[in-house]
Amino acid sequence: MTTTATKKQLHRIDLIFNNDDDCKEILRNALSRSDQEIVNEMVNSGLKGRGGAGFPTGLKWKLTAESKEKEKYVICNADEGEPGTFKDREILTRVPHKVLSGMAMCAKIIGAQKGYIYLRGEYKFLVPDLKKELRKFHDILDELGLDFRVEIFLGSGAYICGEESALIESMEGKRGEPRNKPPFPSVNGFKGKPTVVNNVETLAHSYTILKFGAKKFRDLGVKDSRGSKVFSVSGDTPIPGIYELELGMTVQDFVDDFGDGDCKAVQVGGASGFLVPRKRFGKTTIGYEGKLTGISLPTGGSMMIFNSSRSMYNVLNNYLEFFEEESCGQCTPCRVGCQQLLKGIKAVKRGEKPTSYLDQLLKLTETMKLTAKCGLGQSVANSFSSIVENFREEMIY
Amino acid sequence: MDFQEKLVQDLVSKHGKDRENLLPILQGVIDQERFLSEEAILKISKEMSIPAADVYGTASFYSFLDIEPRGKYVIRVCKTITCAMKGKNQIVLALENFLKIKVGETTIDKKFTILQTNCLGWCHKAPAMLINDEVYTELSPEKVVDILREYKEKN
Repeated sequence: MTTTATKKQLHRIDLIFNNDDDCKEILRNALSRSDQEIVNEMVNSGLKGRGGAGFPTGLKWKLTAESKEKEKYVICNADEGEPGTFKDREILTRVPHKVLSGMAMCAKIIGAQKGYIYLRGEYKFLVPDLKKELRKFHDILDELGLDFRVEIFLGSGAYICGEESALIESMEGKRGEPRNKPPFPSVNGFKGKPTVVNNVETLAHSYTILKFGAKKFRDLGVKDSRGSKVFSVSGDTPIPGIYELELGMTVQDFVDDFGDGDCKAVQVGGASGFLVPRKRFGKTTIGYEGKLTGISLPTGGSMMIFNSSRSMYNVLNNYLEFFEEESCGQCTPCRVGCQQLLKGIKAVKRGEKPTSYLDQLLKLTETMKLTAKCGLGQSVANSFSSIVENFREEMIY
Repeated sequence: MDFQEKLVQDLVSKHGKDRENLLPILQGVIDQERFLSEEAILKISKEMSIPAADVYGTASFYSFLDIEPRGKYVIRVCKTITCAMKGKNQIVLALENFLKIKVGETTIDKKFTILQTNCLGWCHKAPAMLINDEVYTELSPEKVVDILREYKEKN
């Protein structure tokens, strides 16, 4: 008789979506503590921005709190546009009170009276339900005597507005073109005032930290990647959907759980992230930089699985069409770079350019990484180089 | 005063004349007229005292703020990777065949426009599309035809 080894299942976490609705108690409790204490709790938790960039949340709050300006803002970034990401919508649908509580807490600490949820135009259908939640929440704030109001600001179909300074430009009624940084929004944000821009999930996690304390959060994850993360799983998987998992798993663990048995590559972090080929599954962990061995890849939660029936050329072509359209056009490296990369891979595929042209394109992505103004142009290199270097033959034949 | 003039004035008095209200005002016009005509842009510019070039420049940046005439129902099919892998092309074909127009075109009765758009955030239920603000997921060519039949009967 043969025994089949039982498959190790990834640890499912249930902090974000569990349906405890005690935001009044949590806020009341938080209000009784000093701002310094709460900022320390956030810093100690090790929470990093869950939109993908991974900036320490506690530090962001602290920096904005330090400003002496009277007018400040809290913005919840719900412009979830990265291909393969859909967890923020789910959080806003199922546990909006956690996000709002996070915003209120942040507002109290930094000294803001006004907050906004920048909701992508594609999610406009959420507005009626969110408005209902806002009314309920405002009543709670009144009861607690907290002078803070949240409004919804609707985007209009622009991926780049997920970049915090582009988001602010958009809210000011302008083209969503990223600003030069510094100054960062913590100094010069919405209407020139100090502003905290946090991702939906980050704010929901701050609720968890307030409720259970920094330790419970820190106990999850590995070294520099603490806590859990909500993952959006799609592509060639029998179980696509939204999963809250502990940070620090390897791609292999992930594929064992979610793959269809024929997994060829996983795109970690959406089109602006990295493609991990099968041979690197075991050596790559999901989390932020700073793990001791192997490569660690950050992600805003987008995990797209490709099986062996997929052409990596088609995948890259699709990403580049996306970037070419979504590039705001402000800086030349990104505007022209995206166009040339797309033209370039097509020319190589058709045999109009020699295969060595791919190396020139790789150099171009290096230039974009160094010279593009914002994360969009800088990160095209990630997917481009990880696909071209690992699946070069698919680019040619 | 024509309808458009009233619409713009109402939106401006609802949201305010400051520049940061431009997007909600543009969105308000889109909700009613499905696109921003030159006349609408000029009226907004006048009401808000913002140069028309700035209004146009802002509007033309956003993919949902159309500056070309669109039908009453704007269909946006997601074309990003997962939807592309899960049969987006068949969905577009079914739409084109049923409405007898191509992507980017509007039916003669100005009722439907077919467009493609970037990631709608329904990758786990691909392929997906929007009809105005309504989301449709896990589409098949048959399902698309059923949905459109319903819309055809609507006004």
